[in-house]
Amino acid sequence: MRRASSPHTPRPQSRLIRIPFWFTYVFLYLPILVVVIMSFNSSKNLFVWKGFSLQWYPTVFANEAVMTGLRNTLIVATSVMLLATLLGTLIAVGIHRYTRGGLVRAFAIAPALLPDLLLAVGLLSLFSLAGVTLGLHSVIIAHVTFAMAFVTAIVLARLASLDPSLEEASRDLGAGSFRTFMKVTLPQLAPGMVAGGLLAFTLSLDEFVIAFFTTAPTTPTLPIAIYSMVRFGVTPEINALATMLLFVSVLAVIGAQRLTRVTDAL
Amino acid sequence: MAKKSPTPGGAPLGARRGWAGLPFLTPGTLVLALFVFVPLVLVTTYAFFKRGRFGGVVYTFTLDNFARLADPLYLNVIATSIGTALIVTVLAVALGYPTALVIVRLPPKWRTLALVAVLLPFWTNFLIRTYAWILLLNNAGWINQGLQAVGIIDEPLKMLYTQPAVIIGLLYMYLPLMVLPLYASLSSQDAQLTEAATNLGSSPFRVFRTITLPLSVPGLLTGCVFVFVPAMSNFVIPELLGGGKTVLIGNLIRDQFLKARDWPFGAALALVLTILLVALIFAQQTASRRVTEGPRERKVKRNA
Repeated sequence: MRRASSPHTPRPQSRLIRIPFWFTYVFLYLPILVVVIMSFNSSKNLFVWKGFSLQWYPTVFANEAVMTGLRNTLIVATSVMLLATLLGTLIAVGIHRYTRGGLVRAFAIAPALLPDLLLAVGLLSLFSLAGVTLGLHSVIIAHVTFAMAFVTAIVLARLASLDPSLEEASRDLGAGSFRTFMKVTLPQLAPGMVAGGLLAFTLSLDEFVIAFFTTAPTTPTLPIAIYSMVRFGVTPEINALATMLLFVSVLAVIGAQRLTRVTDAL
Repeated sequence: MAKKSPTPGGAPLGARRGWAGLPFLTPGTLVLALFVFVPLVLVTTYAFFKRGRFGGVVYTFTLDNFARLADPLYLNVIATSIGTALIVTVLAVALGYPTALVIVRLPPKWRTLALVAVLLPFWTNFLIRTYAWILLLNNAGWINQGLQAVGIIDEPLKMLYTQPAVIIGLLYMYLPLMVLPLYASLSSQDAQLTEAATNLGSSPFRVFRTITLPLSVPGLLTGCVFVFVPAMSNFVIPELLGGGKTVLIGNLIRDQFLKARDWPFGAALALVLTILLVALIFAQQTASRRVTEGPRERKVKRNA
């Protein structure tokens, strides 16, 4: 911060500004810390620390509601990941190559910005009108609509950074459009697609509002199971479950971050 | 992309428009049309129909759903939603702006880490993060335990199931969405501008007021929309942290669709929410355009 003045050295700033800066990080991490620490609590009391124990971790796996929710969520998130990556990539390539205006682009990105509640009541109305019974399939459809918008955004960002002369060279050397796409374009897009897919997976894993409206009571996803646990009697095992979920999310985010700079695309 | 250059050995690039794009564009646009566009149109039209006696929709045109909105009960909910989202947005600016400012000026190695650290909680389960605040704000929770241990209070403070708890929860949820666009906006500023001002003798505060802040207004406005929009329609946090005492428009819509089964009225509420949000986004874009284009226009006029 205080290096001598090279052309891009930021000017010194008041130390006072560090107070809200540190407060933000304490604010963001204190709740997470509490949950993680309390997940190792040997007491049944949620608020009083008694001693270290791993007892709540096995009980999570014995909890039927959690396990059903987890199974449903994994089915949904995996399907969403595959479908959203496929559809999002196709539409991104289509937008990048074949459209001039921003209309299709705006249309494709809009679901990511739309309040989830609106999408949820809209889809519930549609499924009801069309006579579609609710279940995991309706959640998958619903999640694909917004997850693919994120994939589209990331793949579009990746496409913008590609060198078009590679595709041109491939054509010059006699490869057809299809071959050029498969051998030149697609491999270059792969990191963006994987990052988009991971993001779609994580988003679907955590999504609550839309699933709440578009699933049947018999097929709750994990967030819906957690919602019931939090509303009707919290037990310490929720801390263990939360800690494990935090761990999985962090791994997925770090993975996506390493593959492409997700933060740039959002 | 060198868009205009004809590709030798193939058709000119311009000819790749038209039918060739269909295999790429069709599947996605179909899904979006069917599962985003149609549902939104559907909800909009439901708002103008009557409710069935046992739920459902009777296709008779009516404006009753909108007339019902004038009821003080519902106006109050809308006002509470706007007020709560406003407070959350102001607090998010108060915390997010300094945070983004410090992050931008960190050495590159720390900058990425600090940014990822802001985003990380955002990618963790939303219900778990809300639940964590139940642990903290409870009468027997860590905050009360801490305050009592230090001797600041004797009796535990009632924090959970209050309006401030809802505000804290919403702020916690959406703060990263404020930091991110602010960071993007601040990091793209030309460092030479502030340096020039400093060299010419401006105080750090004056540099901030005349250069850094005005240039960051578009990012700031984006952040405000990113926080305000979801904060206004969230229904889970008011329920879990507010104990159902703070009813926001999201709770009302949820209840009309899932409990009261009055879909047309729920749709009317959703429509009002949409109109409010679209107006807000429109205002944000107009304002941000005026900020980025304004000075230039004025200069042109002066030179003319």
